[in-house]
Amino acid sequence: MPVFGLTRKSLRIPYVLFLAVFVVAPLFVLIYYAFTNGSGQPTMRNLTGFFTDPNTLGTLCYSFAIAFVCTLVCLLIAYPTAYILANSGFRHKSVLLMIFILPMWINFSLRITALKEILTMIEGNLAMYPFFNAVLGMTYDFLPFMILPIYNTLSKLDPSLIEAAKDLGADETQAFFRVTLPLSVPGIISGISMVFLPSMTNYVVLDMLYNSTYIMGSLIGSYFAAYNWHGGSMIALILLAIICLFTLVTESYTEEDSKGIGGAML
Amino acid sequence: MTTNENIIELKHLTKKFEDGFLAVSDFNLEVKKGEFVTFLGPSGCGKTTTLRMIAGFDLPTEGQILLNGRDITKLPPYQRPINTVFQRYALFPHMNIYENIAFGLRQKKTKEDVIKKKVKKVLDLVDLEGFEGRSVQTLSGGQQQRIAIARALVNEPEILLLDEPLGALDLKMRKEMQLELKQMHDELGITFIYVTHDQEEALTMSDRIVVMSEGRIQQLGTPEDIYNEPKNAFVADFIGESNIFNGIMTGKLRARFCGGEFECVDDIDEGTHITAVVRPEDVEITPPEEGTIRGIVSSVIFKGMHYEITIESGKNEMVVRSVHSARPGDTVGMRVEPDNIHVMIAENHTNYFTAEINSDFRLEYNDKLLDTSLTKIIKGSRRTEDGTLLDGSGDAIDPRKTRILVSIQPQDIIMTDHVEEGLVEGNIRNLIYKGDHYSYVIHTDLEQDFIVDDEYLWNMDDHVGLIMPVEKMTFQLKK
Repeated sequence: MPVFGLTRKSLRIPYVLFLAVFVVAPLFVLIYYAFTNGSGQPTMRNLTGFFTDPNTLGTLCYSFAIAFVCTLVCLLIAYPTAYILANSGFRHKSVLLMIFILPMWINFSLRITALKEILTMIEGNLAMYPFFNAVLGMTYDFLPFMILPIYNTLSKLDPSLIEAAKDLGADETQAFFRVTLPLSVPGIISGISMVFLPSMTNYVVLDMLYNSTYIMGSLIGSYFAAYNWHGGSMIALILLAIICLFTLVTESYTEEDSKGIGGAML
Repeated sequence: MTTNENIIELKHLTKKFEDGFLAVSDFNLEVKKGEFVTFLGPSGCGKTTTLRMIAGFDLPTEGQILLNGRDITKLPPYQRPINTVFQRYALFPHMNIYENIAFGLRQKKTKEDVIKKKVKKVLDLVDLEGFEGRSVQTLSGGQQQRIAIARALVNEPEILLLDEPLGALDLKMRKEMQLELKQMHDELGITFIYVTHDQEEALTMSDRIVVMSEGRIQQLGTPEDIYNEPKNAFVADFIGESNIFNGIMTGKLRARFCGGEFECVDDIDEGTHITAVVRPEDVEITPPEEGTIRGIVSSVIFKGMHYEITIESGKNEMVVRSVHSARPGDTVGMRVEPDNIHVMIAENHTNYFTAEINSDFRLEYNDKLLDTSLTKIIKGSRRTEDGTLLDGSGDAIDPRKTRILVSIQPQDIIMTDHVEEGLVEGNIRNLIYKGDHYSYVIHTDLEQDFIVDDEYLWNMDDHVGLIMPVEKMTFQLKK
């Protein structure tokens, strides 16, 4: 039914335009650059080059390592926090949650700069502990993204399920591992996907911490800075493929699991 | 299957929540092995809290719970040989039916082949053979309920607790499940403690019923006892339909209520304030001159098996159930057999009167408005943004013409010389000095007796107005 003379069709024009200009077109440009060389000839050299260059492969592994440790640390901090928040008898839970989410409202470069100053005070030379600093910076930055989805699933969990488990003979610990934890998997997975992927690429955090190590994001940055658009595009494309793969795998899992308790995504 | 052995004893059980709400107070009950006991009462009466204390989910503030003579008051739920069927089933969504039912057995480290046999047997019992591999989401509400029952029963508990288990099912399904549950109880010999707000369900299924209100036991007895001999006005009104009147004993086996003098079989001293209960099916409609009281038929509704006839006698209202119809506007007589009048001493002298929600959604009595909101009157109801009234389960209701039983304590009514200020006016018919105050009986112009406590002396036959503060009233929906 037209509203203000607009039909459904005409309403979607801006959206289609936006998608075309900012998503589809850049993707084609990316693919074009990834599979051409400097003189515009089609080539697979960029692809083979990535997998044969020990430097790029090393960066890939290093990024994976940082992302893995960062995600693990986030999970280990976020799960108990979210659990306590969701189960606290405190009347205004949202206020408590807000305290943990509050850092998200402060500009991220300000936060990282503050962290840098503190770290400099403690460590002296920041270059001494690049891995530790990278994990710390990213954990600080991404923690709320892990807390929120887990908190969401946990607070939506029907308390009578836990009671049912206890009623059937499970003590607190058994009830947690047999009911609460399996049912919060959708939240954990969306938390992981919101932390793992950004922490593979977000090199701005590293740059601001005067960190000289390379992760995937910094690698792409360096290719473009050296005007090698073709190599940079290929790495971006490979990252995109990894992200797609990861999302497909996790999504199929969360969908299957969240049927009973609703989606965990924010 | 019932034996004389007490399986569970609740002694002076009291639960006060942290916010100060007294949910259950001084609850005493003994349940025999194999019995089917139902906790019946309106929402918020403490029945579920009591059940949760038996299950171990809530700890009592005071009192004791004995299971086979052993104190289990502080035992955690997983150490009690008691299983619960939850109101919303609480099946584990991440497990299939087999795993759901096997949950309790796995906790006990039962061998897999034994589990398999037991699950199969209990699925047979609830008529869902072959459902082992199904997931919870593919089951209907009724099937989920059966699985919840199977999951509890497979552990062979000594007591099965059921918390309004049929509340979410439709009427037909509910009736079917009532019979099946009763049958299961008879077959298994397990003690059932059942919680419901549905009086018919309680009357159909139970060996004994505990009627609760505001955290206290109002009456404990067999379904027949509770229906035929309600102990107070609350029970009478909650169980079945009834006409309830305030009255007074006027002589030996004679009681005055509803504007007439009736013979009754309860021997209570003359002058005692009473509450009289008459079931609608016990009122006989006669020609006007032959009745004990007269009235004018105000409405007739055909109900299939009978007619429900409302007769106004003065301002008292009598609901009558009869196989013969009547014409609205006719004057008729009414007679009640003495043994069908149930007379109780009005121990707390609570005054009851019936108010009605008028077409403007306001509560009205004696053509005067009672200043209160409908959401307060109809428990659990709320209003949506567009003003529709929803009941506890979220269904829209039209409250107009709904009759509300209002109760108010004698000490909360204020007498005044300025009769027009009162909700109703009347004459003082009786006064007794009670040590620190006078207890008055005021016969109102609406032919009703109100009992009022006042510390000052008024004279017999004084014409007074009765001011009743709305905040002191309690409301109950009349069925």
